[in-house]
Amino acid sequence: MQSVGKSVRRVDAVAKVRGMADYVDDIFVKDMLQVKVFRSTIANGRVKKLDVSRARALPGVVVVVTYEDVPKHTFPTAGHPYNKDPKHQDVADRRLLTDRVRFFGDEIAAVVAVDELTAVKALRLIDVEYEQYEPILTAEAALIDGAVEIHEGTKNIIARSEYQLGDWEEALAQADEIFEDEFSTSTVQPCALENHGAYAYMDASGRVVVCTSTQIPHICRRVVGQALGIPWGRVRVIKPCVGGGFGSKQDVVVEPLVAFLTTVVGGRPVKLVLTREETFIASRVRHAIQFKLKTGVKKDGAIVARQMTAVSLNGGYASHGHAIVDNSGEKYRHLYDQLAIKFAATTVYTNMPAAGAMRGYGIPQVMFALDCHMEDIARALRLDPLDFRLKNLNKTGYTDPILGITVRSNGLPECIAKGRRLIRWDEKKAARRQQSGPKRRGLGMACFCYTAGTYPLNLEIAGARIVMNQDGSVQLQVGAVEMGQGSDTVFSQMAAETLGIPVDMVHLISEQDTEITPFDTGAYASRQTYISGMAVKKAAAEIKDKVLRHCGLMTGISPQSLDIADAWVVDHKGARVMPLAEVALDGYYNLACAAPFTADVTNSATTNPLSYGCTFAEVEVDLATGKVKVLEIYNVHDSGKIINPQLAEGQVHGGVSMGLGYALYEQMIFDPATGEPLNNNLLDYKLMTAADTPEIGPAFVETDEPTAPYGNKSMGEPPVMSPAPAVRNAILDATGVKFNQLPMNPHRLFERFKAEGLI
Amino acid sequence: MSSKILKFTLNGEPVEIAVSPEDMLVDVLRDKLELTGTKKGCGKGECGACTIIMDGEAVNSCLVPAMKAMSASVETIEGIGGPGKFHPVQETFMDLGAIQCGFCTPGMIMSSKALLDKTTSPTSQEIKKALAGNICRCTGYVKIEEAVMAAAEKMREKQ
Ligand code: FES
Ligand code: FES
Repeated sequence: MQSVGKSVRRVDAVAKVRGMADYVDDIFVKDMLQVKVFRSTIANGRVKKLDVSRARALPGVVVVVTYEDVPKHTFPTAGHPYNKDPKHQDVADRRLLTDRVRFFGDEIAAVVAVDELTAVKALRLIDVEYEQYEPILTAEAALIDGAVEIHEGTKNIIARSEYQLGDWEEALAQADEIFEDEFSTSTVQPCALENHGAYAYMDASGRVVVCTSTQIPHICRRVVGQALGIPWGRVRVIKPCVGGGFGSKQDVVVEPLVAFLTTVVGGRPVKLVLTREETFIASRVRHAIQFKLKTGVKKDGAIVARQMTAVSLNGGYASHGHAIVDNSGEKYRHLYDQLAIKFAATTVYTNMPAAGAMRGYGIPQVMFALDCHMEDIARALRLDPLDFRLKNLNKTGYTDPILGITVRSNGLPECIAKGRRLIRWDEKKAARRQQSGPKRRGLGMACFCYTAGTYPLNLEIAGARIVMNQDGSVQLQVGAVEMGQGSDTVFSQMAAETLGIPVDMVHLISEQDTEITPFDTGAYASRQTYISGMAVKKAAAEIKDKVLRHCGLMTGISPQSLDIADAWVVDHKGARVMPLAEVALDGYYNLACAAPFTADVTNSATTNPLSYGCTFAEVEVDLATGKVKVLEIYNVHDSGKIINPQLAEGQVHGGVSMGLGYALYEQMIFDPATGEPLNNNLLDYKLMTAADTPEIGPAFVETDEPTAPYGNKSMGEPPVMSPAPAVRNAILDATGVKFNQLPMNPHRLFERFKAEGLI
Repeated sequence: MSSKILKFTLNGEPVEIAVSPEDMLVDVLRDKLELTGTKKGCGKGECGACTIIMDGEAVNSCLVPAMKAMSASVETIEGIGGPGKFHPVQETFMDLGAIQCGFCTPGMIMSSKALLDKTTSPTSQEIKKALAGNICRCTGYVKIEEAVMAAAEKMREKQ
């Protein structure tokens, strides 16, 4: 391998260190108007009266649009591929603006003004009266008989699902011990550093052009078409540089409104960039999920029966809805083995911000429940917690009985062995004495598994287009989306690898434009290196084939005996035949048979490999303050072959940091009486800073996945999945106290330690 | 609204521009001077994306009323390095993989440069402290801290 497997410098590095990378809000368009949204100051209710006349009269205000002025139909927002089967389509429960208020900050009206200041002033001139209902903030309140329906006719249930495999009664009868427990996770926010924002205008032919910070340009185009009720071909979506997404931009958030507003103002450009406070509540959050687990185990540690029930809190709109907890139920099933397994889940509406996709898509939640539960069982049975997990893991060759996907590479046992060595698990365990002081140390670990894409639940499709230039370099276009994770760089490496040219001869077009770039569903489900990477590989192979055939014509050498290396055509012995540039030039200008080398490829995947990994952590808990210090933490990943070690390490660092935030600090808080968000800003919502980040040790076990373009599996989301349960298990090891609720912040720890008589 | 003339030095060049008293420096830089390398992630002094260097100190430009920059010397990301040249910290950010989405990067580089202007032998604690006000959601800070350390070393070698 020449390019794949190397720490190639990011293709966007220069633009980013010079401040030349343009994000939505950096792009200047003439005559741009500014939008501000008038949001509800109640969480549940209905607008009785709305008076926008004073706002409309303010000089500088171009238009004020309310729920009365927008189309009456509803549309979905989730960034899933369209499904032709209506039963599998996303819940369409949004209108552009609403009089039925479903969360604190719901969107009632929009002001379009010549500048931001005027728009903000106009908001203050809008008068509103509400009919208020009790805010519904818990599953219990949502499901109680007679609860106000947040969406009519739903009983506040978005969906329920269940599965059962094996004979439950028979399996449970074989158990020597049965363990039951409950876990709950918190509502957190992706907090991409760039807030959600978009602008829209109409071009001369009447098409609506939307420029937006999105992970899913092609899906966004469809949803804007649905929201406005116009043919999808009349919508054009452009994606410039994206300042992080983490799932919240795998959703259509501000785009339909700006698209609609430009049609109201005759096609003039209108821009809406959310404030940080708005992004917290009006984009998407991670579902808080409550889990109940029941597991039957034999004395030797063999699990015979497993059951999980889950209730997922979705907020006021469905967004990705039930798909999240369904994914929890899926990976719950994939990781460990048993004779019989049951899963049942419910997703409910509440009067909180809409929950959608966030890095890990239901898996950080379920792995917290599952691998804390596994730890507790191992301890109760006095089994080594590592051996207990290893004994029950699903192995290579496992075929999921529901999805039919097969595991062809599984490096988890090696990952566990490596983590164990890195943290010096055995040595530290052996040296550990009875601890009695105020500061106590403990070791913990946890595992996860994840897929690469969504097949067979959803379409998995990706496009790549390559044109070879006269000098032998190539233009590479992908429909896949760079949002910081480094996909543009790894696609460049892949094209270079297969074409036999250096990476700097690949010119990747990073901006997505649905008019130009090939169809791809976008950046989510850690799918791109696997699904879109295969499209790149196929396109590069086609170009190479055309080059060699043309060189064959030029030289009379059989194309089968030719290859490309270092931008030279070489023969079967590796001897240089002709510079690639000479073949490319001839391809363009040969009077008899000019035909530039181009390829336009779609890859449609029907495989889905599992990636695996684990976190090992050592913590020091200060009983007196409830503070947890992470002393050492290692994340060991089987993501198949690593395409770019430096970028992969970066994914692990960032994911572990986010996972530690999830474990120890992050949580959106709402006033229980009013549903008002109390910490929707970066001061009161505690994110990890440089000062609280420990050393993070990324490590890899490189299996070779046979179905992948270059042996690779998913890498983007996995690092965030296991830190929280590993830290929880380490706190348990240190203090003997089980924390089954996230986050494990000092306040919660302190109260528990007091209650347990530890302080 | 009465506008005033703000005079200051921006990336080594004198600038005169009409601003209104409620303008914040970040908006003057981004909207009036079209220097959009300085980012805005919160507008409230919480994230550090808008960090610039004013009279030698790293500050959040979203918290600085524009008129406070009167007669000051201001550096933004656009003034770092130069045509065909990079500041050592820009080089190490690129070489050591300290960049992901890049939205925090200009602010991170400005905070780092302010530190390195004062000392080319920072301890890792000093680096953490200098970056504590700059949020990065992508990198977990590890490679950023390494890059600042490596830049310091590069600068020491040159001295
Ligand atoms: S934009 Fe200034 S600190 Fe966030
Ligand atoms: S690189 Fe994305 S926020 Fe730092």
